[in-house]
Amino acid sequence: MAAVDRPVAKPRPIYLNLFAIRQPLPAIVSILHRISGALMFVVGIPLLLWFVQRALASPDAYAAAVAPLVTPFGKLVLLVLAWSYLYHLLAGLRHLALDLHIGIRLGPARSSAAVVLLLSVLLALIVAVRLW
Amino acid sequence: MVAGVDKLPVGAHYGLRDWLSQRVTAIVITLYTALVLGIVLWHGGVDYATWKAIFAGNAFRIATFLFMASLLWHAWVGVRNILMDYAKPFGVRLVLEIVVICALVAYAGWTVQILWGNG
Repeated sequence: MAAVDRPVAKPRPIYLNLFAIRQPLPAIVSILHRISGALMFVVGIPLLLWFVQRALASPDAYAAAVAPLVTPFGKLVLLVLAWSYLYHLLAGLRHLALDLHIGIRLGPARSSAAVVLLLSVLLALIVAVRLW
Repeated sequence: MVAGVDKLPVGAHYGLRDWLSQRVTAIVITLYTALVLGIVLWHGGVDYATWKAIFAGNAFRIATFLFMASLLWHAWVGVRNILMDYAKPFGVRLVLEIVVICALVAYAGWTVQILWGNG
């Protein structure tokens, strides 16, 4: 079929402003999975290695490594990383369940997304209470 | 090559391998987390002496190495996926991927130094 025979397509609107689209809950869980993972890669892994190394070096180095954990800023960093880890773990378990075809229908997928979010916040709150 | 199949599907063929390795490494990371949590709870908290004693055991060192290897591999698959989605210009993505690989290999060396080095 020659190109001229095709009906002329009307220009359709392309509307992909992510901040204007109301994101469904599973989409929010998905992007947070990424953000928490990226955060742990950029901040978490080097901080973890530094901490373990200092904490094993000597009693003085151990005390110095643990000391920042009682400051407000240290507690905040620890809380954010703890939430990232817990959230990433829970979202990962949800992924494994989806791989096994558990809860892949829209309703259960939405519910499990909400459970992941709420449970991660609840666990982070427990960590926060223990820190402060 | 199977007779009659005259074309290969495009792609680098790492999709299934990455899918599987991401899950296997995730399970190793989860099991190690449970192990450390269990050890800490069993000791009823840690101070320098218990911390040092925990890391003195060779089995724990090897478990820690396995954990870190899984963590770094897991991080590679995840970060590369992020870069594939957001770092579109080829040159930019290549540079970022090289930076990430260098960081991960350096972290692996740092892990070995912590576990089997002399302080």
